[in-house]
Amino acid sequence: MLKDIEKLMRVKRLPHIWCPGCGNGIVMKAMLEAINDKGLDPDKTVVVSGIGCSSRATGYMNFDTLHTMHGRALAFATGVKLAKPELNVFVVTGDGDGSAIGGNHFIHAARRNIDLNVIMFNNNIYGMTGGQYSPLTPQGRFATTAPYGNLERPFDICKLAQGSGATYVGRSTVFHTKLLTDVIKAAIDNKGFSFVEAVSICPISYGRRNKLGAAPQMMKWLKENTVNVKAAEKLGAEKTAGKIIIGELYHEAGTLEYTELYDRLITRVEEGGR
Amino acid sequence: MNKEKKIEVNTKGCKACGICYALCPQGVLDKDHMGKVVVKNPDACTQCRICEDHCPDYCIKIGG
Amino acid sequence: MKREKKVQLLQGNQACSIAAIDAGVRFYAGYPITPSTEIAEFMAEELPKVGGKFIQMEDEIAGMSAVLGAALTGTKVITATSGPGFSLKQEAIGFAAIAEIPCVIVDVQRMGPSTGGPTSVAQGDVMQARWGTHGDHPVFAFSPASVLESYELTIQAFNFSEKYRVPVVILLDEIVGHMRESVTLPDPDELTIVDRKRPTVSPADYAPYQPEQDGIPTMADFGTGYHWHVTGLVHGENGAATGNPEVIDRQLTRIFDKMEKYKDEVNLYKTQAADDAEYLLVSFGCTARSAAEAVAELRQMGIKAGLLQLQTIWPFPEKTISEYTTGKKCVIVPELNMGQVRGEIQKYIDKGIPLYGINKINGEPITPQEIINKVKEVAK
Repeated sequence: MLKDIEKLMRVKRLPHIWCPGCGNGIVMKAMLEAINDKGLDPDKTVVVSGIGCSSRATGYMNFDTLHTMHGRALAFATGVKLAKPELNVFVVTGDGDGSAIGGNHFIHAARRNIDLNVIMFNNNIYGMTGGQYSPLTPQGRFATTAPYGNLERPFDICKLAQGSGATYVGRSTVFHTKLLTDVIKAAIDNKGFSFVEAVSICPISYGRRNKLGAAPQMMKWLKENTVNVKAAEKLGAEKTAGKIIIGELYHEAGTLEYTELYDRLITRVEEGGR
Repeated sequence: MNKEKKIEVNTKGCKACGICYALCPQGVLDKDHMGKVVVKNPDACTQCRICEDHCPDYCIKIGG
Repeated sequence: MKREKKVQLLQGNQACSIAAIDAGVRFYAGYPITPSTEIAEFMAEELPKVGGKFIQMEDEIAGMSAVLGAALTGTKVITATSGPGFSLKQEAIGFAAIAEIPCVIVDVQRMGPSTGGPTSVAQGDVMQARWGTHGDHPVFAFSPASVLESYELTIQAFNFSEKYRVPVVILLDEIVGHMRESVTLPDPDELTIVDRKRPTVSPADYAPYQPEQDGIPTMADFGTGYHWHVTGLVHGENGAATGNPEVIDRQLTRIFDKMEKYKDEVNLYKTQAADDAEYLLVSFGCTARSAAEAVAELRQMGIKAGLLQLQTIWPFPEKTISEYTTGKKCVIVPELNMGQVRGEIQKYIDKGIPLYGINKINGEPITPQEIINKVKEVAK
């Protein structure tokens, strides 16, 4: 509930900079709901972001917050977490920030299975710079740098996370807010690299150019074009082609987390072993 | 009990995106001449919080 | 940490690494690159022994970013690299400058632009150290000429970085980084170690970029309840991004002015027969070793040569330059680049004094004989 999470916001810095109908505010709220529901200590919680619309979220959240450089949030967060493993570290990134310029850090942070909770706000576009295509812009969609339609194939960023070694992968949308909160909560529960793709909407720089209507229409589109992973398993690939699969997509229990491994290494070395 | 008191709307912060009144299943919310949210039919509110959860600007609070 | 004083045979890169741990470093993140890799290897082995952390990141940018993240938790951090990696780290060095995050970056300089000559020496990163990142910003840089200086200047680098919250570059070079000398390191317990100022106010009253009398704000460790915001955007005293030109001017000017304000305090140099010299050599790093040898030989020949060895390169020691060059017959600057330090000296030297360079960029050091020949030539 909003009244319960206002303490986790820098209310004085609102209203935020996001455009009318932008989904970022909804994702940020779901994140704070999850943090509140899990009872994380705000003094021991750090949120790290990169550059872009979504990354401005750190400015509005009432924790130690770190708004870094384009693409580098995961590398900064790796430093924070490894230096002080008792902190709960979240990473807020966008589709451009996290999968293009930050793509290398993405696969390597996942590979290490370091305990970071990564929320990618995916609005399929570079919003901050006015609507250029990202690695998550679907083929055929229009962008200022794809005026004749995007030729490139997008990543399935959840599969990339899983393939790179993430031990928790979930996806939801800004329409499915309850599920979004739930997958973020599950990400928090997972001690290891957890990745949540939050499919968002950008009515101004993406929706308009692609004639997807205003924010309510884009919400409706999300409602109609998503299938829960459990239903999808029954329906089969053919019937779910082109749909966004939401829910808990992958969870690997029991894999040792990186900072824990490092602490064990220190103990071993201190005892004189190798 | 006055149900209107239980729907707190911050019109000043509203950016008129239209999500709340489009998603409200009970027709509680509507828009003013600027497209901003107004409470039209408070008695119909079931406190489902769909509007609160989907307002990107944190302008709707349900419940006291 | 008590250490018995004894003579050790150490490499410059090793001495730098030992100093880092003595200064309190407990975090290293980096990427392997010749000729700096021994520092990473040393840290990987030694940091866990003192409860510290080492991580080999996926690239140079990640190495620099990770150390900054770690520094914000209150940890002292270091990373090491060489020219190509130093270029990649530059954006994050700018982040450290604007967000005022203490950190030390070791650049073991190698020859040429691009891949150049990985195992050959150069001193070509003088200007990159100062102006490698974009925008007007502060950065301090020190250049050791021996294994012992590598230790001593690394200790100083941390003290200055912590005190002034400025990124500090140690401009090692392939020769000083790789050569071995017998040294006796000090007992770490006898060192003066400076730590950043932490806030004494309550979290509610904390303004993370409100400077104290000395122009430097206090810095809270992440995880201690201060809930502050760190951003590379220009920000006001409360840490929030701002577009207000007055606030921007106040904050960016304060940060930039650390160079000017503290240049005397961070100015380190050595001299050899400089006071009565007619012919003054100004040099630094490995080249200062050849210059010292040349001065000794020239004096034996009856030629009044002297040496000013710069240990602090940035902020550029303009007062020291004018003080020592005044009244000289001429000034000669041997350096393994095309005149990066000579160009700075030109700005501050009496225009009546002839200024010459000895420059080499082929990966070979400048020999004492080359310097002797040049002095004899201009002395005619």
